[in-house]
Amino acid sequence: MSGGVDSAVAAARLRDAGHDVTGVHLALSAKPATMREGARGCCSVEDSRDARRCADVLDIPFYVWDMAARFRDDVVEPFVAEYAAGRTPNPCLRCNEKIKFTAVLERARALGFDAVGTGHYARLSVSADDPAHPVLRRAADPDKDQSYVLGVLRPDQLAGALFPLGASPKTEVRAEAARRGLVVAEKPDSHDICFIPSGDTRGFLAERIGEAPGEMVAPDGEVVGHHRGVHDFTVGQRHGLGIGRPAADGRPRYVLGLEPVSRTVRVGPVEELDVTSLHATDPVWLAEPPTGCVVQVRAHGGLARASVAVTDAGVDVTLDEPLRGVAPGQAVVFYRPDDAGDVVLGSATIASTSR
Amino acid sequence: MTYLDHAATTPMLPEAAATLTEALGRVGNASSLHTAGRRARRAVEESRETIAQAVGALPSEVVLATGGTEADNLALKGLYWSRRAADPRRTRVVVSAAEHHAVLDAGEWLAEHEGADLDVLPVDAQGRADPAALRALLADHGDEVAVVSVMWANNEVGTVNEVAALAEVAHAAGVPIHTDAVQAVGAVPVDFAASGVDALSLTGHKLGGPVGVGALLLRRDTACTPLLHGGGQERDVRSGTLDVPGTMSLATAVRAAVADVERRRTTLTALRDDLVARVLAEVPDARLNGVPLDRPGERLPGNAHLSFPGCEGDSLLMLLDARGIECSTGSACTAGVARPSHVLLAMGLDEDLARGSLRFSLGHNSTAADVDAVVEAIGPVVERARRAGDALARS
Repeated sequence: MSGGVDSAVAAARLRDAGHDVTGVHLALSAKPATMREGARGCCSVEDSRDARRCADVLDIPFYVWDMAARFRDDVVEPFVAEYAAGRTPNPCLRCNEKIKFTAVLERARALGFDAVGTGHYARLSVSADDPAHPVLRRAADPDKDQSYVLGVLRPDQLAGALFPLGASPKTEVRAEAARRGLVVAEKPDSHDICFIPSGDTRGFLAERIGEAPGEMVAPDGEVVGHHRGVHDFTVGQRHGLGIGRPAADGRPRYVLGLEPVSRTVRVGPVEELDVTSLHATDPVWLAEPPTGCVVQVRAHGGLARASVAVTDAGVDVTLDEPLRGVAPGQAVVFYRPDDAGDVVLGSATIASTSR
Repeated sequence: MTYLDHAATTPMLPEAAATLTEALGRVGNASSLHTAGRRARRAVEESRETIAQAVGALPSEVVLATGGTEADNLALKGLYWSRRAADPRRTRVVVSAAEHHAVLDAGEWLAEHEGADLDVLPVDAQGRADPAALRALLADHGDEVAVVSVMWANNEVGTVNEVAALAEVAHAAGVPIHTDAVQAVGAVPVDFAASGVDALSLTGHKLGGPVGVGALLLRRDTACTPLLHGGGQERDVRSGTLDVPGTMSLATAVRAAVADVERRRTTLTALRDDLVARVLAEVPDARLNGVPLDRPGERLPGNAHLSFPGCEGDSLLMLLDARGIECSTGSACTAGVARPSHVLLAMGLDEDLARGSLRFSLGHNSTAADVDAVVEAIGPVVERARRAGDALARS
C-alpha cells in the first residue's frame, strides 16, 4: 500500500473477496522523513500515514517493511549505472521485478501468505490447474494499462500476484474509494520517479555520475556541439540538446544514439530515428515464444507488429513498420497479435536497434 | 485476544473508569470561586492527597500534568533551567543510555538549543545504571551538572534501578535527580520520600488509569522553571485548567494499583517466569534480555523480553498478531520503519539480535491462558519468521 488510491482500493477488494489481507507499506528511502514533502510518491511519511489510515479504515493489519537497502541496490544504483552506460532504464519495471515480486513476494511467502496484491492496472488469471502458465492481459482502462511494466515478471512471480483493479476504469476506482471512506480518494496520481521527488532526473544523475563531457556528432561526422555526459540524454530526445546553431537544412535535430565509451552523442534528423529491427536480451516468456506478435517498446505508445526470432543470444525483432524513439535499456513487451492484442506473451530488454 | 502489551498501555481498572465517567457529567473549573468551582477544587485536592499518600509524597509535591512525556520534559528542562539560572556553571545534563525518548530527546534538545552538554551514563549488559558509574562521572564534573535523570524501571527490558543509591550519589555532588517511574508505580513499591529523588514522573494509563493524565512529583524545595505559562496552577510550575475527571480517575487508579502491588508482584512474577521458561523450551536458542529471573527484585514482575536469533522483530509481531497475540518490538521511526532498540544496543546486543526481539508485558488482568497462548504459538511463529529472514537474506 503506497498511500495512493489504487493500492487502497485493491486491498479493499481483496478483503471483500474473502482473502485474509495484511497491508504492507514499503519504506524505500533510507531517510523517509526527507524524501518528499507533501506532494505524492511512495516514500514519504505522509504516504506512509495515508496507507496506514486506509488500512485502519479497512480494518486490516498494517506493517511497514524496510526495503530501502534492497531498493537502493536493485533499483536506484542500476538506474544510475544504466544511464551512465548510455541506456534508458525503466525503474518502475525494475521495482516490480526485483522488489515487489521478488523481495516482498519471497518474504510474504515465507511468512505464510499466498500472494502479493497491488493496485496495478492489468488483468491476470492464474489457473489452479496450470499455475505455471498465468495469463497477463492489458487493463480494461487503456489509459491506465500497466501491463508493460509487469511484462517483465516470470510465471512463478505472476503465480503469486493479484491485480484486482485490472477490469476497472480509474474513475470507478476513485468513486469506489470515496464510497468506502478512504481519505486518498482524491489524491493525485503519481507520475514522476518516486526516488527523484524533484522530478529533476538530470540533476539526480549529474550528482551521482558527475561530468563526462564529449561531442555531439551529426550523421556526416561534423561535431555540432558539446555535452556534459551521455546520461543527460535519451534516444529520441529533441529538446534541451544545447546546440547553438541550427542544422544546415533548418530541421530539428534529435538524439539518435549514445556511445558512452567515446562519450559521443549522435544527433540528426527525425527520420534517422526510425528503427526497423532490434535485438533484445534476457527474455522472459509467459507462453511459447511467438513468431509474429505486437511489440511495445516503451511505457506509453510505441506499438508495432513484428516478427520474432529467438536465438541463443536473445531475441531478434523485425518490425513490420518502423518505430521511432526506441531506446536501449527499455523493455520490449510482446503481445499476442489477435484483434484484442492484449495478452502478454513475454518481454526482453532492448540491447541495440538498427534502421 | 491475548493482550501482552501492558507496558504500552494497560486496561483501565473498572473503578477508575467509573470515577471518570461519573465525573465527566459534572461542571466546575477548579480555579473558580463559586460553588461548582469549590466542588471541583475539593475533588482535585482530595485526589492529590490520595495520589500523594499512595506514593509517599506530600500533596503539595504532586504537580498534575498530561502524562509521562510532559512530566519528563518538565523535569529535565525545568530543573536544567532553574539550576543553570542559580549557577551558570551548571550546564551538564546526565541521563542513562536506557532512558525513554521522553527523557533522552529532551536532553538532546537541551544540548542542541540550550547550550547543555549531554552526558550519557552507560548501562550494563542487563540495562542497569550503576551508581558507581554515576559517582565516577560526577567526580569529574559534579559542579557542572544541572540535573541527573535515571529511570526507576526500564520500559523495554524491565530492569529496576537502585534509585535510592543513585539519588544519594547525585545529592553528594549537590545535583538534583529525576526518575521516570511510569513503569514502576503500581508494579513495584515506589516511595517518593524514601527514594530521595527530587522529581518523579508517573502516568495514569500504565497503571489502570486514563490516558492523558499523570503527574510530576516535585520536592517542595526543588525549583523548577515551567514549560507552560498561564494561569499559575500547580505551584506556578504547570499552568493550565485542571482536568478534574482525569485527576479523580488517576487517583482512583493509583490507589487501587498501589494497594494491589503485592498481589500483582506475586501473580505476574509466577506467570512471567512460566512464560519465559516455556518459550525457551519451545525455542532453545532464544535468549532472555535484562536481569536474570533469579533476581526478581531487580526486574519488573510483568516483563519478559526475548531475542530470537535469525528473526525480524516485525515479522514475529505480525505473525503473533495474526494469531491474536499482541506484544511489542522496539520503536519505529515516523514512517513506521522498525529500528533496533537503543536500549538493547546500549546493553551491548548486536543490531541483528536487537531487531529480532519481542517484549511481552503482563499486567493486572493477565492470566495463565495468556501464557498458554504464547507458548502454543511461539514455535511455529519463530520458525516462519526465520524462513522469512532467510528469504530476505538469500534473494
